[in-house]
Amino acid sequence: MASPRADAPSKIILSASDLHRVVDRIAHQILEKTSGATGTVLLGIPTRGVPLAHRLAARIHAFEGIDVPVGSLDITLYRDDLRLHATRALGKTELPGGGIDGRRVVLVDDVLYSGRTVRAALDALNDEGRPSSVQLAVLVDRGHRQLPIRADYVGKNIPTALSESVRVSLTETDGLDEVKLTGGDL
Amino acid sequence: MIKHLRSAADLDAATATLILDTAGEMAALAGREVKKLPTLRGRTVVNLFYEDSTRTRISFEAAAKRLSADVINFSAKGSSVSKGESLKDTALTLQAMGADAVVIRHPASGAPHRLAAWVDGSVVNAGDGTHEHPTQALLDAYTMRSRLGRLDGLRVAIVGDVLHSRVARSNVLLLTTLGAQVTLVGPPTLIPVDIAAALSPSTKVSYDLDSVLPDMDVVMMLRVQTERMQDSYFPSAREYSRRYGLDLARMRKMPEHAIVMHPGPMNRGMEIAPEVADSSRSTIVEQVANGVSARMAVLYLLLGGKA
Repeated sequence: MASPRADAPSKIILSASDLHRVVDRIAHQILEKTSGATGTVLLGIPTRGVPLAHRLAARIHAFEGIDVPVGSLDITLYRDDLRLHATRALGKTELPGGGIDGRRVVLVDDVLYSGRTVRAALDALNDEGRPSSVQLAVLVDRGHRQLPIRADYVGKNIPTALSESVRVSLTETDGLDEVKLTGGDL
Repeated sequence: MIKHLRSAADLDAATATLILDTAGEMAALAGREVKKLPTLRGRTVVNLFYEDSTRTRISFEAAAKRLSADVINFSAKGSSVSKGESLKDTALTLQAMGADAVVIRHPASGAPHRLAAWVDGSVVNAGDGTHEHPTQALLDAYTMRSRLGRLDGLRVAIVGDVLHSRVARSNVLLLTTLGAQVTLVGPPTLIPVDIAAALSPSTKVSYDLDSVLPDMDVVMMLRVQTERMQDSYFPSAREYSRRYGLDLARMRKMPEHAIVMHPGPMNRGMEIAPEVADSSRSTIVEQVANGVSARMAVLYLLLGGKA
């Protein structure tokens, strides 16, 4: 898919305060669905999944006073489209102390689209250890899945056209909090 | 990204830094239970070795295998080369077998450059004659950066048989690109007259090891390559060792934080004393481990993307 031009029309889907409320809700849902986040590890997928995982952990700590271990899982070396692009630089993989064996892993990413990133993450996870279960939390689900993959926690479902593109900005990586839809016939 | 790695001069500062950063991620993966990555599945890497080598060949083999590439080892001994096959014909054979990368070690300087013209795949120089050994320089730079935290402004002495050393040449080129200050040290017979000017103008030359040691962050000892020496470059091994060997007394002249490196294999007691080689300031074993990570980084960056 060609990415839209920089001057293409765009619409803000989540403002900064919307985004914070969404993160709060996912944090509550994780607590609810994992009976208090015991034995749970949050693994962010670089780039924007990592700050999101840290935010979720911070909110969980604020709500319940529980420290959930946070790490990052780079999937570059597991991608199925490496040969379609120029070589990609690697992101960081940092598992929290104690590893992931026997724990519940919640993968955190910004946008769920084709599902191929999550497929790669599952493969990467398999080489890192054997979690008791794996869940998926995403800020935005924009549809158009190409693999049988679904998220356990979704911040916002955004129906999109293939010609559109979803841009997630986070303060940590982009200087502001915002989710934008660009391109297509807005 | 570049297509071949024939010389350390192929790398600009950004590319070299990308390789070192990638090597860092690869090193982190070496700690896991499953060390294998699926990244280069279906790609073929040929190790074409015309010279004896243990660590470099095994290191490249381990690197390629950890990335799931298929590895074909070809050593000149006991092959069609001993029947008189030329490098070009061997290259065409590899080409026909569909090698995606050829890692070559050859006694003739410049062999990888010739090879690159004959094969479609990437060529990685694993040491050519007395010319270059770029992946050694990368693993050395990686080792320095992980031990000392930086390369920019680092003062590095490369000591010994510079004349025959491809390690020295690649290190001077790469370290200078990355902002380090290199001093070549050795007897005048083993340091070519114009080498500093030819490689990079900022390189210094000294014939007195004791005077440079107190100012160094890194002291890299080179192996005295007796197999390449037809003439006598110094009166005796003992005299060489007394003037240019790194023993405990000399190591104490180095700053507290300074490290000792050696590309291996060592002549213990000749260029380096056993107590120095085994001391905590020596990175010799680390260099071997880092070699696999650095070569994984090179293979990934050369072969991982769109061909």
